[in-house]
Amino acid sequence: MNSPVKTKSVTASDVSGLFAARARWHPLEIIFWLAAFSTIFLLPSKHLILTEIAILALFALSLDLILGYAGIISLGHAAFFGFGAYVAGLLGKNGIITEPLLALIVSGLATSVLGFVTSFLVLRGSDLTRLMVTLGIALMLRELANRYRDITGGADGLQGIVVDPVFGMFRFDIFGHTAFYYSLGVLFVLFLIARRIVNSPFGLSLRAVKANPLRASAISISVDGRLVAIYTLAAAYAGIAGALLTQTQAFASLAYFDFDRSADLLLVLIIGGTGYLYGGLIGAVVFKVLHDYLSILTPQYWLFWMGLLLVLIVLVGRERITGWTTPLRDLASRLDWRARSKKS
Amino acid sequence: MTLALETVGLERRFGGIVATSNVSLKVEKGARHALIGPNGAGKTTIINLLTGVLRPTAGRVLLDGEDITSLKAHARVKRGIARTFQINQLFGDLTPLETIGLAVSERMGAGSDFWRIAGSKSEVVDEVVRILNQFRLADVMDERTSILPYGKQRLLEIALAIACKPRVLLLDEPAAGVPEHERHDILAAVSALPKDVTVLLIEHDMDLVFSFADRISVLVNGALFVEGKPDEVARDPRVKAVYLGEDADV
Repeated sequence: MNSPVKTKSVTASDVSGLFAARARWHPLEIIFWLAAFSTIFLLPSKHLILTEIAILALFALSLDLILGYAGIISLGHAAFFGFGAYVAGLLGKNGIITEPLLALIVSGLATSVLGFVTSFLVLRGSDLTRLMVTLGIALMLRELANRYRDITGGADGLQGIVVDPVFGMFRFDIFGHTAFYYSLGVLFVLFLIARRIVNSPFGLSLRAVKANPLRASAISISVDGRLVAIYTLAAAYAGIAGALLTQTQAFASLAYFDFDRSADLLLVLIIGGTGYLYGGLIGAVVFKVLHDYLSILTPQYWLFWMGLLLVLIVLVGRERITGWTTPLRDLASRLDWRARSKKS
Repeated sequence: MTLALETVGLERRFGGIVATSNVSLKVEKGARHALIGPNGAGKTTIINLLTGVLRPTAGRVLLDGEDITSLKAHARVKRGIARTFQINQLFGDLTPLETIGLAVSERMGAGSDFWRIAGSKSEVVDEVVRILNQFRLADVMDERTSILPYGKQRLLEIALAIACKPRVLLLDEPAAGVPEHERHDILAAVSALPKDVTVLLIEHDMDLVFSFADRISVLVNGALFVEGKPDEVARDPRVKAVYLGEDADV
């Protein structure tokens, strides 16, 4: 490897080609989405659980944006999920906005405001501080929803939510078909947006901030500004996930804020890996399917097996949360013939 | 005499320890100025004060006559002062291409663009190409930074600072720890820095200091001790006694 100094030089087309290759669709990505959409026809009897998976996947995608790309760990991401859920619920219940897509967007925007405000608390301190602050915010919101029962319905949950048919045509049915098409569509669109963002200069700067904030600021990146921006965006995503659940269930409850939900979400990302966007999606599928399968097998003790899986994954992954999926992803990038031919 | 960089009575205390004591440093425009001093003299502290990583306890920092003391680190870079680090501070998971692309995008105002693909602006690409070639990083541009040879990482350190197109560049021991067979590239890169860029060099390697600098400041115990042209500093008996040691002849 100790070759004499090479004087290879590059041209603009080499460099722009490499930049473009970073954002190009990998064949496995296309297969992934074809498989996801094929469930519309192939698994019509499973649309109820698939809806839950799509919503959990969106929620996990949101956490991946801050954890995988910006290195912000949170144990209270359910705060945004619950907040978005209640905003959507209140809009529908009080007949303010019954058109689902518009209600979804408004819920996302409202949650992004909450994300923006709380981001300044999360910026401070270490990982442990962030865990506690995020956890605390989720607990406070849950109790606020509990306390103001006149508005939220308190422990009984929010009922009587009106949601119009999607696009004025597709009514939500009891088999969950419409709910699934709707949730999967929203997930896909928001995934596309997230994919675009992480491949932008902004997305690249997030990875720099995560890797080395000292150096990032030494190349004139405003570290705090970037963290506020991505935290706000992630809050909007989580809020939309919560709003989706409210709309598809026509119900919102205090459980949406629960610590369990935040903790499960970290588990989902540990299963799927962070920092490549698909971790949350794959993790959500594995988590829900395992949950379903194990709770049929041992209805009371299924968490034992989930715990065992968690321990095994973390031991295999060791250093990083993303650890255990790294070899798989290296393999995937080797399978991409276009990347290979570019390099040689 | 126009000053690119000036400090006025700069002071920094860590608890009871005075790391920087009343330092009034003047760096002329276009200078090749070296800051030397024994270990623990407070050289890196001064770099950190100049770049906004640390806040001074007292005193001011002026860049082209403008007070930048209250600016944050990233804002100072935008004003035209960039640095390298004594110990590599790079983005391990990113490639040199991405790293340089990021700094150039940032400088050209595309850094917070969240919609276009990184590297889709042709002026960014042209600048990245120029820097990769200038610093001989082309053959490793698509490798992860963390697996690059140490010498290449040191080059990337300098390239990254240059990508910010600074008017004042602070080099913190650029050749530190670089193995002999990779040193030449670093020295060549340092001596090829554009003439209009003012350079403040911190270095232990006296060969590099005396071949490079046209002005030298000696720092001892956090305070400026001697300042002058290289031959004056080399002849100064106090410097020999305090810093260079008894048997030094340069």
